[in-house]
Amino acid sequence: MTPAVTAEAIRKRYPGSGALALDGFDLSVPPGTVHGLLGPNGAGKTTAIRILTTLLRADSGRATIAGFDVGTQAAHVRRQIGLVGQYAAVDEILDGRRNLVMFGRLFHLSPAGARSRADELLERFGLTGAAGRSVGRYSGGMRRRLDLAVSMILAPAVLFLDEPTTGLDPRGRAEVWDAVRALVAGGTTVLLTTQYLDEADQLADRISVLAHMGEVGGRVIAEGTPDELRSRVGGDRIDLVVHHPADLPAAAGLVRRVTGSEPEVDAATRRVAAPVGDRMAALAAMVHGLREEGIDAEDLTVRRPTLDEVFLQLTGAPTVEVAA
Amino acid sequence: MSAPADVGHVRAGVLPAEGSRLRWALTDAATLTGRYLAHLRHQPAELAGAIGFPILLVLMFAFLLGGMMAVPGGGDYRQALLPGLFTMTMLFGLSATMVAVVTDAQRGITDRFRSMPMAPSAVLVGRAAADMVTSAITLGALLLVGLAVGWRPSGGPAAFVAAVGLLLLLRFALLWVGIYLGLLVRSPGAVTAVQTLEFPFGFLSGLFVAPATMPLVVGAVAEWNPLSSTAAATRALFGNPGWGGDSWVAQHPVLMAVVWPLVIVAVFAPLSVHRYREMSR
Repeated sequence: MTPAVTAEAIRKRYPGSGALALDGFDLSVPPGTVHGLLGPNGAGKTTAIRILTTLLRADSGRATIAGFDVGTQAAHVRRQIGLVGQYAAVDEILDGRRNLVMFGRLFHLSPAGARSRADELLERFGLTGAAGRSVGRYSGGMRRRLDLAVSMILAPAVLFLDEPTTGLDPRGRAEVWDAVRALVAGGTTVLLTTQYLDEADQLADRISVLAHMGEVGGRVIAEGTPDELRSRVGGDRIDLVVHHPADLPAAAGLVRRVTGSEPEVDAATRRVAAPVGDRMAALAAMVHGLREEGIDAEDLTVRRPTLDEVFLQLTGAPTVEVAA
Repeated sequence: MSAPADVGHVRAGVLPAEGSRLRWALTDAATLTGRYLAHLRHQPAELAGAIGFPILLVLMFAFLLGGMMAVPGGGDYRQALLPGLFTMTMLFGLSATMVAVVTDAQRGITDRFRSMPMAPSAVLVGRAAADMVTSAITLGALLLVGLAVGWRPSGGPAAFVAAVGLLLLLRFALLWVGIYLGLLVRSPGAVTAVQTLEFPFGFLSGLFVAPATMPLVVGAVAEWNPLSSTAAATRALFGNPGWGGDSWVAQHPVLMAVVWPLVIVAVFAPLSVHRYREMSR
């Protein structure tokens, strides 16, 4: 099956700028999946999106969308894609419905077709009530949803989302995430950039971590499913919080016996933590041991490392949000 | 069969055949003209400002400055003034176009258009058509204000129509300069700079005073200013007194009022289309 998106050894230097924005960027996204481009500001995420959407020309390398070359077959590529940029690119003065009808006409739907598609999408994105209101008076989340609706007028084969939730409150982010999931259910391939690890975790089937490393320009330094990336920083961890500080030595002894490694003990939070191999066996042994020794546990979890920990490990940088 | 509220299973590529490209370019341009005209309906204050400012200039020049001004060789200054102000108003359209183009680029709308399967010319032609409508409304209002303050065209209906045509031709030429500059710059600050420069550019011409009264070199530059040709040509066609002048360009105002705009369009329309395609590439 033809990959929905490919990029091979893309290089791009902006005129007048010393460093390469992209230096050997590679990517392959199978159809019907969500791929996350994760990285701090300046890692080249937006440059990659602009090249793949024909807005920017690469200095060298090759990229295709649904098999069409972005450099030499730009017109074909534009028929396959939808783009939601960093700013909600909708008309602020017109109302929501007129925006959808106008873009529908620009996608060459008939006047009647554009109107009925507008009503469908307003309904689908929960904007029917605001259809007659000027977009300038929409909330950030509503504006983003309208932006997504516009990009879905033709239900593109590949949808590019460049930091779709930057600047939104948690409710707005959840709204956008729901909308993206609905699009993927319809068969659209999504390429999404984000600097939020939880967003990549929530939405992406696979993640490419993009970063500038030393003298080298932006390139993919790690690629895999969120779980694969996590396993790079080792396996699961066990976290035990006890109720009484007096139980800490006994709890540490128990964790040491169960996991076979020396636990970290934090007296202030009454927490005992250690890496663990077989998570299910460890959990069962912990529950049994706690009851046996009469330790009053407040919380007991076996958890995977967070993507923050992954990113720290990969780049040597602190969490992405802080780095940005 | 797709359900009515379906977000849509992938159906990209379900687009018209290549053969109807020109028809779609025109349809797209018309859709975008409709967009800009809808803006006018939603923001009447903007149009009022675009009309109000030149009206204010008419009143200032006619009643505050005009009393001291004399037309070389005799004639009422106010009769010579109005065609100059009509021309100046066409010049102000340049920055109005630029503001609209910069705003779309900044909001990401231009990028969205560029990522869509649209004719590149459609975005620019749509802009141009809408600005011509705005300018025609503005000029119409200004002609009425001119008549109200005592301006009297006396060249006959055909010459009147020709004069209005030359003014709109100049506006059409300058809007391509506005589109090009709007695509070139990245900040609203640059728009302010262009707005500020419109004044010295307008005054370095025969719009308000005869170039013959200026220092020699300055006067020559003013005579060759494209605005001077349009102002002189419309004075002649409206039957209003003008400054005259011995230079070749001053002797052929109507010819140059056609040639200048055509040259400007020939330069800036292709530049604009190229810039739109290659923007930030």
